[in-house]
Amino acid sequence: MAAPAPALVRPMKTGAELALAETFAAVRASLPGGPDVAAQRTAAFDTFADAGLPHRRVESWKYTDLRALMRDAKPLAPLPDADAKAKAVAAGSLFSTLGFRRLVVVNGTFVPELSDLADLEPGLTIASMADALADPTGLPASYLGRTVASSDAVLALNTALMGDGVVVHVAAGAAVTRPVELVFVTTAETPVAAFTRSLVVVEDGARLSLVESHEGPAGIAYQVNTALELVVGAGATFERVKVTTEGSDAVHLATMLAKVAADASFSNTFFTTGGAVVRNQLLLHLAGESVKAHMGGVSLLAGKQHADTMLSVDHAAPAGESRESFRAVLDGASQDIFQGKIAVRQAAQKTDARMLSRALLLTETAESCNKPELEIFADDVQCGHGCTTGTLDQQIKFYLMARGIPAKEAEALLIQAFVGEVIDAIGEEGIRTALAEATRAWLLGRE
Amino acid sequence: MAPLLEIKDLHAEIAGGRKIINGMNLTINPGEVHAIMGPNGAGKSTLSYVLSGKPGYEITGGEVIFRGVNLLDLSPDERAAHGLFLCFQYPLEIPGVSNMAFLHTAVNSQRKKRGEVELTSPELVRKVRELGKTLGIDADMLKRPVNVGFSGGEKKRNETLQMMLLEPYFCVLDEADSGLDIDALKVVSNGVNALRSPERSMLVITHYQRLLDYIVPDVVHVFNAGRIVHTGGKELALELEATGYAQYQSEAA
Repeated sequence: MAAPAPALVRPMKTGAELALAETFAAVRASLPGGPDVAAQRTAAFDTFADAGLPHRRVESWKYTDLRALMRDAKPLAPLPDADAKAKAVAAGSLFSTLGFRRLVVVNGTFVPELSDLADLEPGLTIASMADALADPTGLPASYLGRTVASSDAVLALNTALMGDGVVVHVAAGAAVTRPVELVFVTTAETPVAAFTRSLVVVEDGARLSLVESHEGPAGIAYQVNTALELVVGAGATFERVKVTTEGSDAVHLATMLAKVAADASFSNTFFTTGGAVVRNQLLLHLAGESVKAHMGGVSLLAGKQHADTMLSVDHAAPAGESRESFRAVLDGASQDIFQGKIAVRQAAQKTDARMLSRALLLTETAESCNKPELEIFADDVQCGHGCTTGTLDQQIKFYLMARGIPAKEAEALLIQAFVGEVIDAIGEEGIRTALAEATRAWLLGRE
Repeated sequence: MAPLLEIKDLHAEIAGGRKIINGMNLTINPGEVHAIMGPNGAGKSTLSYVLSGKPGYEITGGEVIFRGVNLLDLSPDERAAHGLFLCFQYPLEIPGVSNMAFLHTAVNSQRKKRGEVELTSPELVRKVRELGKTLGIDADMLKRPVNVGFSGGEKKRNETLQMMLLEPYFCVLDEADSGLDIDALKVVSNGVNALRSPERSMLVITHYQRLLDYIVPDVVHVFNAGRIVHTGGKELALELEATGYAQYQSEAA
């Protein structure tokens, strides 16, 4: 006699998981999109329900136990009212003087009247995700959930509850020279949650530079779950810089799924200074030959901040080149996690993949965790990884001081040099300058 | 005339308790160049670090009066702003910090501390380029990270450039000749000699007499076991070259 089958569905357990289930049940009928999208949402929620919030036994979340860090789920943010929109005008100030095309998302909703939609360059199309989801022939119907396969629970939750975001399309051969900035701002005065999803398609031979900034109020325990899917066509060039300066009590969970075709160039840099808990996960699929991919990151953390960067680079085709360069500067009792996985499939001969993460501990209570992972099935490849954790060089600091430079300024110079390598690799000069200044401001604000 | 620098009964230990400077006295008047010679391990480099305020040394007695203040009460950057310059035996490499940015920060940090007007970028660049020319330091060396990939000679020329730019009242040259060939030695010595003036004094620390052919001292001291054991004129350096330090080591013991 057969024993009863074990339950396949793990019952919801934590308060946060239960609240998310309730939220989904309550809002699913009113979320944007037709029946196909609804089916996608249901399947995604099932994926989430099976797994629950990630915890330390889920390998890719080993150091960020969301069950412990996300005790409850906040209610979905309401549509932004006039007051919220007024507060959002000043958002994205880091780049506000650079003349980028600003597209503003307030409390999870795209706000056209705050966005610059005039004089779109030839080949550039912009839409709100909510509108695009409602169009059965729109870009999301072709690409959403189809860029890179993942069963990640946080991404699944995003797919289930995605409300709005931005859809950007660059037609084949179009070079958009004016960078596009996605400004995500939370203005709520009470804890809320926002689930935003964006889609960027850069067709063959096209060019786009994208900045994404995320910010919100200090002292409010709001939650952001944001995802970006990206398709880069053959021979196209794409660069993105994501700046996370969320409020002091925010939980920010971000996923990027990117699929890159042959001979294309892909670059992504994370710059993180804000948020109580920040997770940046990037799943990169190098689908075509001879792709050049660059990934960089700077985390400047203090207090009890916790930032986790998880990269998974899948070399699926020959002669791809990937570079990963990450720097963390850790003050107070902050924690930085870097997990980098490089997979090289059998077909991906002549792959050249390198990964380096370095952490600088400014106190004895700060902590850095590094987990490199290489999975190589091809035999003619170059793969390398390195990580270092250390403190400021006291000999060099003395040398600077002996030339009249005060201790704090000497430390600032050395820390700027430490993160400078990553910032200097960014193509847009205005962004490099803005991030160097943001680094300096962070350093001068240190206690 | 008030002395520029007075070291009075200075005692210092390395962290861990080993005594390195042991009751040292020295008076240097404005415009004088003093040389300190002594065997390895005599405490010469420690003296330069104690004067410049390097962490890791404990002052257990005495004082160092420099232009009216006790140097030992100041942090290393304050000592520099007050007019002290240590020319390092082994200048450090600073990856990611360009030489020009370093010089700019150093000059303006000192000016700010002294309440002087800070130099603008063009002013500084012009000044640095002029000085660089006399030392054979080109624009490329100024753009590169401080001392990274520099030869021994280039590093010392870079130290000399900093010294000329910062215009200190008192320079401590710690084994300024180490790592230098004769040509580089001449360039560095010319730079140092150009800085000699009635207001500025120098303390040249060296094992060998050779450097003192180029930077001719007014006074030579023999240093051993953490203090000065003998003092003479510039001819003392030549005597030491002939006789070695043995007699002074027994004198100290």
